[in-house]
Formats: sequence, structure tokens, C-alpha cells
Amino acid sequence: MFTELQEANFLVPTSYYVILSAVLFTIGVAGVLIRRNAILIFMSIELMLNAANLAFVAFARAFQDLSGQVFVFFVMTVAASEVAVGLALIVAIFRSRKSIDIDELHSMEG
Amino acid sequence: MTPGTVLFLILALIAVASAIGMLTSANAVHAALFLVINFFCIALFYLGLHAPFLAMVQITVYAGAIMVLFLFVIMLLGAERISLGSTLRWQGPLAIVLVVLLLGVTIFILFSPQIGSQMPVPEVWTAAQAAGDAEFGSPASVGLVLFERYLLPFQMVGILLLVAMIGAVVLTRDELKTGRKRREAQTAVSPDGQTGEVGEA
Repeated sequence: MFTELQEANFLVPTSYYVILSAVLFTIGVAGVLIRRNAILIFMSIELMLNAANLAFVAFARAFQDLSGQVFVFFVMTVAASEVAVGLALIVAIFRSRKSIDIDELHSMEG
Repeated sequence: MTPGTVLFLILALIAVASAIGMLTSANAVHAALFLVINFFCIALFYLGLHAPFLAMVQITVYAGAIMVLFLFVIMLLGAERISLGSTLRWQGPLAIVLVVLLLGVTIFILFSPQIGSQMPVPEVWTAAQAAGDAEFGSPASVGLVLFERYLLPFQMVGILLLVAMIGAVVLTRDELKTGRKRREAQTAVSPDGQTGEVGEA
């Protein structure tokens, strides 16, 4: 997939960035799967969004197309609004249940 | 190994180490600070990828605004200490196995010649272009693309932010109102012990 890019002194091949992005995304998935705290799960989701953004910017450079960077800008705005609403939900849940451990939030199960 | 690759490897090491630190720390504040380190590393990667505008937005929005919101909520709820133990014993090991599998499959799909070659990455970024195309990724060029080709999505994102703002206010305001009503009822009861209509008035 990735041809070796011309070796100027400070040019890192796109493939390195994509591998790093995959590793960071995987750590984020592990956080969502392992942690039981709702705030920590939120942070892991932010980590995954950032990993995807890194891949976007790396490909924007490889294709010489600024659309990738503009899309990262949009992803950041969506992430900001997601965090605002999500943390408001967590605060509301904590006020009514006195806990944000997701193992204890099972009042909707059948 | 070129200086750029060495720099990349050092930064990548810091980024992965801080992400793992976030994953394993027992204190929510420490986890948030590890995530700030990770966001700074990603901002530096953006600088290396000819995206200085995004690097600055990353620092102000992510490392600044979003993480301050996280720290504020953690301290507001007093939820610094987190229990690392899970109620399901097999969940942690199973998650690690699945995650390693996911990473392997992702990298295999990206780099296997059968699947990956259908989406070739062009070899357009050469040293000559790096010298000539210094404008790529500058705030002016990003702004031109944003306001010419992506004007409608830009407006929609503005509406999304407005909706999120109203949503956050409404979600927390309801609780405030019931809390005040409860407090008024308590003060109405406590002075002389009779439950009059003081709370309603």
C-alpha cells in the first residue's frame, strides 16, 4: 500500500503515522472495554477520535488535499459538543444515583 | 535513520506511553493529565504533517477547553479515586486478547498487498514539493477551503454547537430546580415544625 516516500531529512512516511494511529485507537478501544468509570470511558473515546484525526491529517499530506484537515476541524467540533452533553449527562446521573460506575447503572435491564 | 524519523519515534513513544498511563492509572485526575500529554504529542505530529492551524486548534480546544471540562467534572463529583477491579473476572483478559486481535487485523488489512493495493497512496509528497508548497496547511489556505467548499457543513456544525450548548444547560438545570425546591421545603418545615404553604408561595 505505502511506497517509500522520498527521504528528505524531516519527512516521515505516511505508513508510520497510520500505524501509530492504529495503536492509539486500539488503546482507546481497550479503555472502553476494561474501565468501569464513565469519565474514563469518555476519555478513551476522545483518544480514539484523536487517533482517527491523526490518520486524517497524515492522509491529507499524502494526497496533498486540504479536505482531510477541514474534516479534522469538523470532528473536533463534534467531539467538543459530545463532551459537553456527555459530561452534563454524567453529572445528572451522578446526582440521582450517587455513582458513575457503569456496572451499577443497570436499572433499564429487563 | 533520518532526524525526522528519530523525532517521530520519540514522540510516538511518549504518545503511546501516556495513552497506556491513562488506561492504567487509578486516579481520574492523573488519567486526565496523561491524556493532556497525549494531546500535546498529537499537536506536535500535526506540526510535522504541515497542519499548523490544526496543531493550534488541538492545543486550545482539546488540551485546553475539553480537558478543563473533564477536570472540572471530576473534581465537582469528587470522583478522583477509581476502583480498578471489575465485577467480571474474565473481562479484562478477554478485552486484551480481543484488542490485540483488532490491532493485528487492522494492520494486516492496511498493509496486505491484496487488499491494500486497491487504495494506493500517491507518492506526491517529495522533498521538492515540501520546499515549494509551504502554503499547504496554513490558516489562510485551510480557511479558503473551509469557507468555499465546506460552507454548508460549517454552518451545520455551528447549529450543532448551539444545540449541544442548550442541551448541556437543560440537562443540568432541571436538577438545580428540584434541589432548590427541596431546600425551600426544608426551610419551610424547620423553623416552627409546621408544614405550611410557605414552600409553595
